[in-house]
Amino acid sequence: MNLPDSAAPPALELRGIDKRFGTVHANRGVSLSIARGTIHGLIGENGAGKSTLMNIVYGFQPADSGEIRVQGIPRVFGSPQDAIAAGIGMVHQHFMLVENFTVLENIVLGVEGRRLIAPGLARARSALAALARDYGLEVPLDALVSTLPVGLQQRVEILKALYRGAEILILDEPTAVLVPQEVEQLFRMLGRLAGQGKTVILVTHKLKEIMAVTSRVTVMRQGAVVAEVATRETTPRDLAEKMVGRAVLLRVEKTPATAGAELLAVRDLEVVDAFGVARVKGVSFSLHAGEIVGVAGVAGNGQSELLEALAGIRVPRRGEIRVAAAGGSPAGSDPRARRRLGLAHVPEDRLRMGVVAAFSAEHNAILGYHTLPEYNRGVLLDGDAVRGACERKMAGYDVRPANPRLPVSAFSGGNQQKLVMAREIESDPRVLLVGQPTRGVDIGAIEFIHRQLVGLRDAGKAVLLVSVELDEIIGLSDRILVMAGGEIIGELSPQEATEEKLGLMMAGVREMAEGGSRNPEGR
Amino acid sequence: MSAVPSMKLPRWVELGMLPVINLAAALVVSGLVVRWIGESPWAALKLMTDGAFGSQEAIGYTLYYATNFIFTGLAVAVAYHAGLFNIGAEGQAYIGGLGTGLVGLWLGHWPFWAVLPAAVAAGAVFGAAWAFIPAWLQARRGSHIVITTIMFNFIASALMTYLVVNVLIKPGQQSPETREFAAGASMPGMHAMLGKIGVPFTATPLNLAFFLALGLAALVWVFLWRTRWGYAVRVAGLNPAAAVYAGISPARVTVGAMLLSGALAGLLGLNELMGSQHRILLDFPGGAGFVGIAVALMGRNHPLGILAAAVLFGALAQGGSQLSFDMPRVNRDMVVVIQGLVILFCGALENVFRKPLEAVFNFGSRLAARGKTDR
Repeated sequence: MNLPDSAAPPALELRGIDKRFGTVHANRGVSLSIARGTIHGLIGENGAGKSTLMNIVYGFQPADSGEIRVQGIPRVFGSPQDAIAAGIGMVHQHFMLVENFTVLENIVLGVEGRRLIAPGLARARSALAALARDYGLEVPLDALVSTLPVGLQQRVEILKALYRGAEILILDEPTAVLVPQEVEQLFRMLGRLAGQGKTVILVTHKLKEIMAVTSRVTVMRQGAVVAEVATRETTPRDLAEKMVGRAVLLRVEKTPATAGAELLAVRDLEVVDAFGVARVKGVSFSLHAGEIVGVAGVAGNGQSELLEALAGIRVPRRGEIRVAAAGGSPAGSDPRARRRLGLAHVPEDRLRMGVVAAFSAEHNAILGYHTLPEYNRGVLLDGDAVRGACERKMAGYDVRPANPRLPVSAFSGGNQQKLVMAREIESDPRVLLVGQPTRGVDIGAIEFIHRQLVGLRDAGKAVLLVSVELDEIIGLSDRILVMAGGEIIGELSPQEATEEKLGLMMAGVREMAEGGSRNPEGR
Repeated sequence: MSAVPSMKLPRWVELGMLPVINLAAALVVSGLVVRWIGESPWAALKLMTDGAFGSQEAIGYTLYYATNFIFTGLAVAVAYHAGLFNIGAEGQAYIGGLGTGLVGLWLGHWPFWAVLPAAVAAGAVFGAAWAFIPAWLQARRGSHIVITTIMFNFIASALMTYLVVNVLIKPGQQSPETREFAAGASMPGMHAMLGKIGVPFTATPLNLAFFLALGLAALVWVFLWRTRWGYAVRVAGLNPAAAVYAGISPARVTVGAMLLSGALAGLLGLNELMGSQHRILLDFPGGAGFVGIAVALMGRNHPLGILAAAVLFGALAQGGSQLSFDMPRVNRDMVVVIQGLVILFCGALENVFRKPLEAVFNFGSRLAARGKTDR
């Protein structure tokens, strides 16, 4: 990495950025200076103000006060167009691509030039060839975006920003959807970009990535910058403590599992999506009392469909799901029947499925259990019982603010998730299905949620954990199943599971013992 | 990454001030229109309010119209909470009225206390049945309920015309209406009921159905916010994926909520036929099903709001006819324009003034926050 030239002005300088939303003080006098040609990390918990700050830098919303200087020149951004004109580019966590356009069409979208599109496309083609040469950013320009793997789609986003003349590139949680090998490629690419004078801002909550690629890192907490350090002078533990404001455990503490009786048996399960495409292809496994089984895989390889089929949300086309509670008989096929058999489910996408955002916490705390006699008095819902139950859950799971009447949308992601976990675990299930338990959850709450899952296991229950966070899978699981292309491609113990091994299997490479043959359907 | 916290308005502004501002804006524009055709806006406003609230007769008519709008407004609201836009309250009210009217024709010789439950049941069942078909088509076949309920309005209209003109018509006359109901099928008028307890009230079509509508509004509130079924309806309306997750079948909610919606609309005949016309005639809902959409929108789909909005639209209907009567240049169509403006500002443009108001309150709360930190 180039040493920053001390004479040149910083690529981006923020002075005293302040922003309030009503009573929420989202950014408190944030000052930041990022040298040209460096990769700068920005970390913080959810709600620490990273997104707000980047939205201000990218012109999505104005700051209440403070100054933005780009390459030493003071700038005021009224819209993202202004920021783009000043040489700032952003790659969002959720890609902003038109799936049924080609790569080239996506890149010129909005900057086509004149009325006729053909000359613009031709210009773009030659410009992109130069960019690809300079930075090693090859993409098939005429391929439809929908046919590209996620890693390449992200590259298209980066090219889009560069084509618009970005000197400063902001990446928001860029690795969330990538397999480890793709992450490595991305980081090599970012290194090359920085080497050629571009400035990269990496917004993430993954400490390991900060340590791997950044030269400096800024830590935010509660809207303010609490630390700015050179990456080589810090440690992940130190950064985590700065983010949370107290000492945290990065590793899950647990005793070895003592697996008992089989609680859930899945035989030859096949699940199709709405278009009739098989997403889960003949999956078989079993789940025993007192163990956590992790399902690793790149998002979109059938884990979601598997989880939903087990929860009774999707009806499988073929195969068998048996829950031990019912004397080994096949489980009923709707979610309510599954719940009655002792199968609780923490869904992957909390806001889409796990809660009703507009409802109060107390009404979310009975979602799926609202017909239980304990919450009803005759034809009416028992308001006192509903509130009392929610208060107990909030106290037991440290949900803050502990106000059952507040709408769930007013809680942070971590507190929403704790409420959902409380609802499902307190229903006293025999089997808990958990999807992405810590997605969008801050470090403090992650620790708590992991302890709950281990506690459930130690109480003799079975836990099926689906997660795209490999650390979480390796740290929590007693057995690891790897899914790729809708199949379980192998099973590993957490001891033998390295990131590299898992990454290869997730990419569809069968276990080495089988000769390392590539699975064409993998990705 | 955290979402941008949205600034919320205080409840009293949201539920009280915003609708009043919307209504005021509608009246200002209406005033300009009245001005433009050469009449005095002030005089028009005074005529309208006097016409709607100025006398016992005026109040009686206003609340009589409002009763229809409460039934249809509640119908639209129940469907709305299930995530369904029921445009078909007009047709459901029409067919529901057929049920009520048949009871009036066939059982009118019974005593009133025996006719009433039969008339309520028949109106509800007929209205629900008319709503069931679009509901079933949506739940099982995915046909969009907005389209099918609109079509069912036309079918209801055609069917009723056929029945009234060819089947139910009183023999030996030209006008397409049935014979009069017997006395047992007549809703007690407000003047009669108040007269019994010694309160004099001018004779108007306002009748017992008004209190039935108020009672239904309370029941709808209890159902939606205090029962597990209402809970299921609202979950399915707000987040269908969460409903599936919770074991609530969106298809069953769709059918159930539409049955309820159709039943509510179907009760309009109690007021219109048994309370006022005492016979079945053509087009007796008179657009109340469509006004119900505006009433539900403006009342934020809450029974209390619906009551208030229904009275407002009752006042517009009654005050408007008074206005067209007294101001020669303001004809019936002008009144429709004014009603349209109210719907436009209170319904379609209900959020026009939200941003400015939010800015005002945002500024206020920021000033308050600054004040605290300065001290």
